[in-house]
Amino acid sequence: MTKIYLPRETTTLSLGVEELISAIEHEAAARGIAIQILRNGSRGAAWLEPLLEIDFNGKRLGYGPVTASQIQSLFEADFLNAGEHELKLGEISDIPWFKQQQRLTFSRCGEIESLSIDEYKKHGGFRGLSAALKSSSKDIINIILDSGLRGRGGAAFPAGIKWQTVADADADSKYIVCNADEGDSGTFSDRLLMEGDSYCLIEGMIIAGIAVGAEHGFIYLRSEYPLTKIILEEALIKARAAGYLGNTIQDSIHNFDIHLHIGAGAYICGEETSLLESLEGKRGQIRFKPPLPALKGLHGKPTVVNNVITLASVPVILAKGAEYYANFGRGKSLGTMPFQLSGNVKHGGLVEISFGLTLREVIENFAGGTYTGKAIGAVQVGGPLGAYFSGKQLDTPLDYESFSAAGGMLGHGGIVVFDDGVDYLEQARFAMEFCSVESCGKCTPCRIGSVRGVEVITRIRTAENQSERSEQYDLLEDLCETMEDASLCAMGGLTPMPVRSAVKLHQLLTERTDETMRPTNES
Amino acid sequence: MSLEKDLDYGTPESLCQELISLEIDGHQVVVPEGTSIMRAAKQLGTSIPKLCATDSLEAFGSCRLCLVEIEGRRGTPASCTTPVEAGMIVHTQTQKLAKLRKGVMELYISDHPLDCLTCSANGDCELQDMAGTVGLRDVRYGYQGDNHLNATRDNSNPYFSFDPSKCIVCSRCVRACDEVQGTFALTISKRGFESHVSAGIEDSFLDSECVSCGACVQACPTATLMEKTVIEHGVPEHSIETTCAYCGVGCTFNAEMKGDQVVRMVPAKSGKANEGHACVKGRFAWGYASHKERILKPMLRSSIDDPWREVSWEEAIQFTAKKFRELQQEYGRKAIGGISSSRATNEEVFVVQKLVRAAFENNNIDTCARVCHSPTGFGLNKTLGTSAGTQDFISVESADVILLIGANPTDAHPVFASRMKKRLREGAQIIVVDPRRIDLVESPHIKAAAHLAILPGTNVALINAFAHIIVEEDLVDWDYVNHRCDKDLFENWLAFIKREQNSPSYVAKVLGVEAETLRKAARLYARAERAAIYYGLGVTAHS
Repeated sequence: MTKIYLPRETTTLSLGVEELISAIEHEAAARGIAIQILRNGSRGAAWLEPLLEIDFNGKRLGYGPVTASQIQSLFEADFLNAGEHELKLGEISDIPWFKQQQRLTFSRCGEIESLSIDEYKKHGGFRGLSAALKSSSKDIINIILDSGLRGRGGAAFPAGIKWQTVADADADSKYIVCNADEGDSGTFSDRLLMEGDSYCLIEGMIIAGIAVGAEHGFIYLRSEYPLTKIILEEALIKARAAGYLGNTIQDSIHNFDIHLHIGAGAYICGEETSLLESLEGKRGQIRFKPPLPALKGLHGKPTVVNNVITLASVPVILAKGAEYYANFGRGKSLGTMPFQLSGNVKHGGLVEISFGLTLREVIENFAGGTYTGKAIGAVQVGGPLGAYFSGKQLDTPLDYESFSAAGGMLGHGGIVVFDDGVDYLEQARFAMEFCSVESCGKCTPCRIGSVRGVEVITRIRTAENQSERSEQYDLLEDLCETMEDASLCAMGGLTPMPVRSAVKLHQLLTERTDETMRPTNES
Repeated sequence: MSLEKDLDYGTPESLCQELISLEIDGHQVVVPEGTSIMRAAKQLGTSIPKLCATDSLEAFGSCRLCLVEIEGRRGTPASCTTPVEAGMIVHTQTQKLAKLRKGVMELYISDHPLDCLTCSANGDCELQDMAGTVGLRDVRYGYQGDNHLNATRDNSNPYFSFDPSKCIVCSRCVRACDEVQGTFALTISKRGFESHVSAGIEDSFLDSECVSCGACVQACPTATLMEKTVIEHGVPEHSIETTCAYCGVGCTFNAEMKGDQVVRMVPAKSGKANEGHACVKGRFAWGYASHKERILKPMLRSSIDDPWREVSWEEAIQFTAKKFRELQQEYGRKAIGGISSSRATNEEVFVVQKLVRAAFENNNIDTCARVCHSPTGFGLNKTLGTSAGTQDFISVESADVILLIGANPTDAHPVFASRMKKRLREGAQIIVVDPRRIDLVESPHIKAAAHLAILPGTNVALINAFAHIIVEEDLVDWDYVNHRCDKDLFENWLAFIKREQNSPSYVAKVLGVEAETLRKAARLYARAERAAIYYGLGVTAHS
């Protein structure tokens, strides 16, 4: 009986995977062929989804992207026995998209049946936990420190230092909070991981709990991820039944359980202090720092707030050692990063690679150029608050320091490509509008500034003469300064990043004069 | 007295014992650890611009005017939310800060009506002050942009009006309702530019849970929340400190006046009973002050059948003194006396007893409190040596477990109730002994550890059962007993309290409360490090 893998994953679902499965079952029954359909996660090659895989003599062969209307022809081509077909992709591991990656965190994602604990264990799962159960809190934290793992949510704060702070804090209870409120436009790595390899996140959270002395973990999940919710709920039940969650996990002295909390549906709730407020049942509003959440977090207790990918990177580090992980990447950006390619690209999806390739290389090697076939105009990296990169900036290596030096940020790893037909001023306006829609409204620069920003940019567009326009450019720059330096959190503080970079590109294109825009921190 | 505003240090006082020394604008200052930079600066006489901060509320950090620069630190942190650190060197006025503050004010004013001259807060508006402080001269965004200038005013509350077109969304009203009053009637609805103050779930103020304590009005830095009397009469010109004449809490108020007319009653921060808070009665229900039926002149009549006759003070006092003396001459020195009221201030009561002892030359002075509170007065006098309570109001801030019996503070003494609720929100536990399900049994952010809904008239049985449990389970504070109690009397009492008739199982039926519930409550009370008892007329006004 041939095993067929089809993802149970949001993108694939939207591409009609359930109809596909009905068609396959129907066709197989009609032909009297016994098949077994297994549900894996997506491997992240969205451009190949729905990616149908078969287990053929221990090898995984792929066909894709498949539609229900092609099922009949696939059976006719005897795809269950690796028959030739126009959709045949060959062995998955030979496809350049996958071959060129270094998948550490996503090693199992798409490979295994996503909710099978046995499969998870067969593919290296829970080895990190076994190692952690044999280690002291101090040893675990040292491994994380040595691995160089930094927060993958966007701020890139060293995970080990955060854990250390929580571990050292004196308190009657501590918490692990997983930030799964993945709201950056153009990002989906958290979702892919949770849908395709949820035990990996669970394992990472348990290890974090052991390391800092927390017995409760919370996953704050984006409300717009309904399928992820169902999958996580199932995973938590199974993990609990198998003794990985609850009291005395795996007969150790450690207790740890995870609670799933559905987010309030606001971008700002992805900011850690807002997230904690929301998790406490309050309005998702920014808390000032200090105190740091590591010392006074959920319900005022020391709390680790880590992104999904940060926590999901922990098991492999514990299983294979800090050095193994730190050997990937460069400088202070060690390990791997799941970059997410979207926008005007031919091949969109997730690629996990070591830090260090240039932006251009990633787009060329993986994305295959723009979807429209035009030249690349600009690339926004790091979500809606990231800078627009263009021209020779595309040769910036994808690591935290290089991007920061170039006036941008890697953020959560979103890479959104625009072709050269893009209207940069509109992108700048959009950045302000995004801020105005998503601002929590607590601080003035963000609450009122973003609205004025939209208005000023509109006036730049409609200005009747150069001096009027130049006045508005000056005002915009003053506003950007106020927002950047006076905002309470990164929402208002970073909005000037896409605004300034897009405005600069707009000016270069339309006016070819730099005088109207005072120098910024752009390279 | 001229109209003097209480000094506002921006953030609450830190009670930490550790002292921290730092430098602000070249001056050394020493403050308790946990003090904000803003407060430390104010202590030096330096006012850092601010709008969302006020010292009756925890720091919030939303207005972004109070930014400062700290040597060796990146960025421009808010001085209200940044605690002092030893050796810190802070600059409160730099070119960069001036530009940022002006930038923030420019944003504020781009969404604010420009009607200062006709505004009810003219001359009493922090937004206006700050515009002046930062030197705002121009709003380059213009006034045509998106704004809230047409937001509808809510006049539903009889005492104050809410004009959202003037709101700067600093959340001071919301925080005052939460932190000071503890009613949680207000919130910020929507987000971003649409954020706005909402009473309840977009209710009118009158329809919401608002209890009209006025804390929000006092906290508001603009004319958004404004007393209707100020809207009608204008800003007061002088103020007189006084004590509220309603309940026995004794809140200190500043009567803000125009000539001899009260314009508004503002609770004084210096008042030890209320620390700047008030309830609806003291804050707004002072219409009696100038009511036409108020008796302002002394009147005399010779018999009950005669009509009252207005007389001069001189005549009234002469008449009364003469009559008192005649009564004493006829019937003896002890034939007359005085009764004072618990509604009077301590000072007034003192003067009355002085009159009785010095002028009447006897001890015939009594008070209504002695009547209402005679059981507890007697008990306290016998056990502790004085018939008064042993705690001051501020001590509730240190209580770990509160035993509340026969009192309903949220209704009867709301200002003290707010202080008690604040402590409960901080984690103290409360045992409510009352036949009624009063607010302190369960209300927003309050849930009693136990509600002993005893049958009316069974307080004594309950107290004895409590004592019985404490003795039987050896939860007695023997150190206290050995040092402070009369050994023989205590032994007597022990023998009495150990009797079966005082056991929880015996009295459970009498009380209508299960024995185990009593035991749990007694243990909670007895095991607390700092347990406090608050009682009221519910236990004392029984015959």
